[in-house]
Amino acid sequence: MHPFWVIVQKEIADHLRSWRFLILVALLFLTCIGSLYTAMSTLREAVSKDDAQAAFLFLKLFTVSDGTLPPFITFVGFLGPLFGIAMGFDAINAERNKGTLSRLLSQPIYRDYVINAKFVAALIVISALLFALGFLVMGMGLIAIGIPPTPEEFGRLVFFLIVSVLYVSFWLNMAILFSTRFRQASTSALAAIAVWLFFSVFYPLIVNLIANATFPKEAVTPDSVLSHQQFVQALTRLSPSQLFSEATTTMLTPSVRSLGPLTMEQIYGAIPSPLPLGQSLLLIWPQSVGLLAATAVCFALSYILFMRQEIRSRN
Amino acid sequence: MREPVIVLEELTKQYGDHVAVDHLSLTIPRGEIFGLLGPNGAGKSTTILMMLGLTEPTSGSVHVCGHNSTREAIEVKRKVGYLPDDVGFYDDLTGLENLLFTARLNGLSREEGTARAQALLARVGLEEHAGKKAGTYSRGMRQRLGLADVLIKEPEVIILDEPTLGIDPEGVREFLKLIRQLSKEEGLTVLLSSHHLHQVQQICDRVGLFVAGRLLAVGDVPGLSRQLFGQEAVLIETRVSPCSDSFLESLAAMDGVTGVDKTANTLKIHARRDVSADIARLAVSAGESLHYLAQQEYGLDEIYHRYFEGGM
Repeated sequence: MHPFWVIVQKEIADHLRSWRFLILVALLFLTCIGSLYTAMSTLREAVSKDDAQAAFLFLKLFTVSDGTLPPFITFVGFLGPLFGIAMGFDAINAERNKGTLSRLLSQPIYRDYVINAKFVAALIVISALLFALGFLVMGMGLIAIGIPPTPEEFGRLVFFLIVSVLYVSFWLNMAILFSTRFRQASTSALAAIAVWLFFSVFYPLIVNLIANATFPKEAVTPDSVLSHQQFVQALTRLSPSQLFSEATTTMLTPSVRSLGPLTMEQIYGAIPSPLPLGQSLLLIWPQSVGLLAATAVCFALSYILFMRQEIRSRN
Repeated sequence: MREPVIVLEELTKQYGDHVAVDHLSLTIPRGEIFGLLGPNGAGKSTTILMMLGLTEPTSGSVHVCGHNSTREAIEVKRKVGYLPDDVGFYDDLTGLENLLFTARLNGLSREEGTARAQALLARVGLEEHAGKKAGTYSRGMRQRLGLADVLIKEPEVIILDEPTLGIDPEGVREFLKLIRQLSKEEGLTVLLSSHHLHQVQQICDRVGLFVAGRLLAVGDVPGLSRQLFGQEAVLIETRVSPCSDSFLESLAAMDGVTGVDKTANTLKIHARRDVSADIARLAVSAGESLHYLAQQEYGLDEIYHRYFEGGM
């Protein structure tokens, strides 16, 4: 076996054996059960309210909630970053502190194997887990409501899971970046959590502030309101969690027709029907590419940082 | 001279203004045990990292087994086993699994790797602990596991950075014996760095004295001692009582004696040649009782101290 895959194999084994991973799986599993339960209890009302959407009943399993517990989609958006951070925050610095990094690098392997293998291993674990959970919810929902998903619904769910993997791997890469930069695992974990909190709590607040401050006060024209709205939206989209929620909402709610403001002219004459899968995909294309780009930037930074570092034993 | 295995030419490493290694040139032939000796922070580890291609030299070149360490690090690392100081293992894996991981990184199959790992664990005396997690190993056991880890790739050269740090004296003795034995049996070239003079002295064919990034002297221990102490080639230690002043005076005046140091009743006499018989005769005729008389060769300790006292 190629040395690269030897490292990947070991990393996966490490993840699977660790307590950390068990805890995360337990957490996500509870999430599944919880969100499925609340979806089940609200599904009846949700269906009777809008008949036009009844065709996409199965997707509702992932998006509706009775208000006591958030739906699956929100849970993944919330726990996904935690999962990514937990998988990556000690990727490099733990090896360094244990003194295994210098031993590893004195083997005949290229240096980037180490960081690439860490990323690939975590990505494999994350994908397997998210897909397993997604399919689990699907399976249990199938048993509970007895209506099989249409191929389109299935397709939407798969794309939802792919976007989720992408989102989690963004946080994973950010955590790996911090683990390369900071020598202490606790520092890097804290830094990653700080970024996560910033984007999920403070960033919307800040955007709100800016939006209020810059709102056109005099001579309000539709054009100025529209451009202001677009400016604010562009700001919110700097946050990866916003990108993720836009992308996944569109995937799981086919009735979402646009992610920006629509004028009356655009709505006039439109048939109030759900979008086909291809169109939904087109709609979230920028969001997905944005997430991918953010992930790539984080990885590139940690790669460069790691390649330039001097590896001495335990420091 | 035998085929050179490690060749350093004008090797220099600078960190900002600080020169860690300063135009170091050194050649180590196949099969030799070479001790790189120096205080902490002398640049020993940096030199070793450059040999493995883990750090790039600022200028100069390193060749190990005919490969340039900076450009062909992979080829070098295939042939060189490196044991860092305070080596780390994956605590959650057993000793055997740790070795197996290294073996597979070196392209061995699982079966080959397991067989070789077991043989090596037996060799370093850890076969009973093979199934235990590496996290439970003591410092000495970790060091021996480290040696097995280094040998699993069947290297031509092994580089040990402070291999005896933190092990008890008995452990050190066994460990060094093992290295010596391996070197002789397998024809391994060994480079070990240390600031423990006595240990290095025990097993090294040659030593290099490395201070502040520069190699001050190279040679075997007696050679170094001649090179450094020149005329005062012999040190005689003796204990006499009552050790009168007149005895000391006549001792200092004796032909061939270059200096006398007195601590309590113990005298250290530096001489150009072996004058122990004369000293004994003098002591008896001066009415002193002679308790102990021994000739000592200058050890690395003295060599070392001489350097630092000299402020070089």
